Amino acid sequence: MMDRETDILIIGAGVVGCALARVLSRFETRVLVIDRADDVSEGASKANSGIVHAGFDAKPGTDKARLNVLGARRYPALCKELGVPYKQIGALVVAFREEDRPVLEQLKAQGEANGVPRLRIVEHDELMQMEPQLNPSAVAALEAPTSGIVSPYELVFALADHAAINGVEFQFGTEAQTIVREDTGYRVETSRGVIRAHSVVNCAGVDSGRLHSQVSPRPCRIIPRRGEYYVLDHPAEAPFSRTIFQCPTKMGKGVLVSPTVHGNVLLGPTAMDIEDGLDTATTAGGLAECLQKSALTWPKVSTRTAVTNFAGIRAHEEHGDFLVGEAAPLFYEAAGFESPGLTSAPALAEELGRDMAEDLNLRQKETWLPAPEHEKPFNEMNDAERTEAIAGNPLHGQLICRCEVVTEAEIRAAIRRPVGARTVDGVKRRCRAGMGRCQGGFCAPRVVEILAEELGVPMTEIRKGSGASDMLVGEI
Amino acid sequence: MENIIRKQLVIIGGGPAGLAAGIAAREAGVEDLVILEREHEAGGILRQCIHNGFGLHRYGEELTGPEYAARDIARAQELGLDIRCDTTVLSVDGDRRVTCVSRAEGLQIFEAGAVILAMGCRERPRGALGTPGTRCAGIYTAGAAQKFVNLEGLMPGRRCVILGSGDIGLIMARRMTLQGAKVLACVELMPYSSGLNRNIVQCLQDYDIPLYLSHTVIDIQGRERLEGVTVAQVDERRRPIPGTEIEFDCDTLLLSVGLIPENELSLRAGVALSPATAGAVVDDALQTSVPGVFACGNVLHVHDLVDFVSDESFRAGRAAAAFLRGEHPQGETVAVLDGEGVRGVVPQRVHPGQDLTLMFRPAGVYKNASVVVEADGVEIARKRALVFTPGEMVALDLPAAKWANVHGDLTVRMEAK
Repeated sequence: MMDRETDILIIGAGVVGCALARVLSRFETRVLVIDRADDVSEGASKANSGIVHAGFDAKPGTDKARLNVLGARRYPALCKELGVPYKQIGALVVAFREEDRPVLEQLKAQGEANGVPRLRIVEHDELMQMEPQLNPSAVAALEAPTSGIVSPYELVFALADHAAINGVEFQFGTEAQTIVREDTGYRVETSRGVIRAHSVVNCAGVDSGRLHSQVSPRPCRIIPRRGEYYVLDHPAEAPFSRTIFQCPTKMGKGVLVSPTVHGNVLLGPTAMDIEDGLDTATTAGGLAECLQKSALTWPKVSTRTAVTNFAGIRAHEEHGDFLVGEAAPLFYEAAGFESPGLTSAPALAEELGRDMAEDLNLRQKETWLPAPEHEKPFNEMNDAERTEAIAGNPLHGQLICRCEVVTEAEIRAAIRRPVGARTVDGVKRRCRAGMGRCQGGFCAPRVVEILAEELGVPMTEIRKGSGASDMLVGEI
Repeated sequence: MENIIRKQLVIIGGGPAGLAAGIAAREAGVEDLVILEREHEAGGILRQCIHNGFGLHRYGEELTGPEYAARDIARAQELGLDIRCDTTVLSVDGDRRVTCVSRAEGLQIFEAGAVILAMGCRERPRGALGTPGTRCAGIYTAGAAQKFVNLEGLMPGRRCVILGSGDIGLIMARRMTLQGAKVLACVELMPYSSGLNRNIVQCLQDYDIPLYLSHTVIDIQGRERLEGVTVAQVDERRRPIPGTEIEFDCDTLLLSVGLIPENELSLRAGVALSPATAGAVVDDALQTSVPGVFACGNVLHVHDLVDFVSDESFRAGRAAAAFLRGEHPQGETVAVLDGEGVRGVVPQRVHPGQDLTLMFRPAGVYKNASVVVEADGVEIARKRALVFTPGEMVALDLPAAKWANVHGDLTVRMEAK
C-alpha cells in the first residue's frame, strides 16, 4: 500500500474529529482524517442519546463544564448553518424520592456556577402538568430549558461534508496502529500503510488511550463504558415533550426517556464498563434494565412499538474529565469524550483548532466555502413543496422507504454527498431509509440495488456497514 | 396548482386484495375507479411467491403466486381497470381524500366516493422482538430474503437458522435448501407452529430440517457478518431456560415472527383498529368506522391463504359498489365478541339475520374441540374439528336462518371437549 503524507492527521472520524477537520479546513494546510470504520460517525458518535446537554452535570472548573456550556451555546447556530435537525426542547432531572431533592439543588448550583441559564426547581403539581405521563411519584425536578436534542450522526455527516468541500481528505478502513515520533513530525503505521504527518490529532474515542500511551509518558486510561438503548416508533402523540433524566449516579446520568428529533422515543442508556471497546452487542440483561429503569420515569412504557435496540460505547477517562490539548509536541488530543462529548465537540473544535493554527502558524484561506445546501426531507414537506420537488427531480415521486417516507432522489443524494454513503447503514443514517418500523424489510433490496448502481459495482458487493458486512453471498 | 381528481372509488394496493376488490366493484357497476400500487407491477407479494399451493380453494388447482396473480391481472385488464403502478399513497383522510405521488404524475389528490384499503401487511422485524446481540449483516425477514432470491436472483446466505415458523419462514427454509444453502434449524417460541401444517411437512420434514418448538434465539454474534446464534428452550412463560443453550454456526438468520397489517394510512384517516387483529374494526359489509372506507385482505387481518383474501376482497368490492349506489345496510347492528380462546373475530359489528362468515384465530391449540357462537346466552351455531390451531384461521358460516331473531351481541368461544 502506498505511503501518504499530510500536514495534519486526524485519527478518528467521529464528531470530534469531523468538527475539528471542519475548523482546520479554514486554513492553508493539508488535513487527512482516518478512521478504522468505513464511514464517519461509526463509533460513539452514532450511538448515544443525541442530547445537547445544558451543562449542569460537570464539576465547575473542569474542561467538561466549560466546553459543555460553550458547546451548547453554539449548537442552535451551528445546526442551522449545517442543516442538521436540532430542537431545544428542554430537559427535566426528576427526583422520585424526597431524599433526592438535595441532588437537584446541587445540580442547580453546579449549573449556575457553570453559567447555565434559567435553571429552576419545579414542584410536583406543576411537573405533572408539564409532563402528564410522568410517574406521579415524582417529587420535584430541575428544569433546564436550554437542553436540546440533535441527530448526532447527521451532525457528523454535515461536519464531514463541509470539511470535505474545503479540501479535507478522508480515508476509511484505516486503523492507526503505531505512532512514532520522527524529526519532522510523526510516522503513523496503519492497517493500510504508513502515513507521515507533521502533526497528529488523537480523537480515536475508545482507542485514544492506547494511542496516547505511545507518545506520552503521562498515563491515560480510557475505559469502554457500554450503554444500551431501545428506540420506539414515532407515536401519534409524544409521551414527553422534554428529555426526562433521573437523578445521576456515579456511572453517569442514568436512564433517560426522550423524544428524538425525528419523533421517535429513546430509552436508555444503561452503563456497564467492559473490556472490548468494539463490543456493541446488546444484552438481555442490559435491555431488561433499560426497560425497567425507564418505567420509573414512564410507568406506561412498553416495547410493543420498539423498532430497534442498540448499544454505544462511551470512552470514559478514568478520572472522568476530558483530555484536551497537546499531549506531546505536535501531538494533540481530545480524548475521553464521553457525555457531554457530543455537546462539547463544537466548542472543543473551535478552541483546539485555534490553538493549533497558532502553534502551526497556519494562514487563513482566502475563500472558505459555506456548508452545502441541505434539501428539506421529503417527509417534512407539504403538498406544494412535494409537487415542486417532483417537478424538479421526478425521482422524488418514487418512494423507496414508506415507513420514513424517503424517496429515490434522497437515497441517491445521500450516496452523492461529498462524504457519501457507501453502505446500507450509511444510506439509512443519512436519509432514514430503513430506519422505520419495518427496519428495511421492504426497502433494503431496493437500497442495495441503488447503491450498486451509484457505485458501479454488482449488488453482491454491497455491504451493510463496515468491514466484511456483506449483505449477500452471491448469485443463485 | 393542486392536482385534484374526483373518483368514485380509490383502491389502495394492487395485490390480490386490491385486484379482487377492483374486479368485483367494476362487475358491480363502478365505472370510475383506480387502483394505486406502489410497486412497479401489480400482484403484491404474490410476485415473489414462486412456489405452488395457491388457488386450491378458488380454482381447485395448485398455482404459483405469479400464476395466481396473473389470472386476476388478466381479468382486471379485460375489464379495463385503471391500475397505477409506481404510485405510493402518502395519506388518506376521513373525507376520503387520497394523496399519492409518482414519477409520472407528481403529487395527486383523489377525492373518492369510496376507498378500499388493501395495503396488505408487513413482517415483524428483529427490533420488534428485542433479541439482544450484535447488529451485523445477515439478518433478514423471510420476505426480504425471498425477494432477494426470487426476484433478484441473489443469495442472502449459505448457512441459515430460521426464527419463527410462520409460513414465509417455512417456505424460505425449503427455498434456501433447494438453492444449495444449509438450513440448520427452524426455531419457534411457541409450543406449536404458527404456519400451516402442510408447510411443516413439505418444507421442513421433507428436507430433514429440525423444528425446535418452545425455543428462541437469545443471542446474535458476529461483528460484521453474522457468525452464529444462540438458541435456548423457553419455559411456559417464554423465558429462556439456563443450561438449554444450543450454539449454531450460521451466516444468516431469517425471521418469520409475525405479520402486522399495514395500517399507518388507516390510522391517519381516523379508522378505528382492533387490538386483536391490528386491522380495522369492520361491519358485515367490511366497512370501517369511517363511512365509505372499506378494508379487505391482510390489511384487515392476516390470512393464511390468498384464496380467502380474494373472497373477502370480492365482498369488499361489491360492498363499496353498493355504498356508491347509496345502498346502506339498514337497521341496528350487534357486536361480535371474542370469547374464551378466540382472538380477533372479523367482522366485529353485524346486522342480524343474514348469511355471514365469521373468521378468527384460536388463541391456542384445541384438540377435539368446538367453536360455539352464542347470542343472548343461547347457542346459535357450532363447528367441531379434530384440531384448531392459531396457525390456521377458522371460518365459520352463520346462515341467516340460524339467527333471524337475535337482538343481543354474539360471542364466539372455543369449547374443549
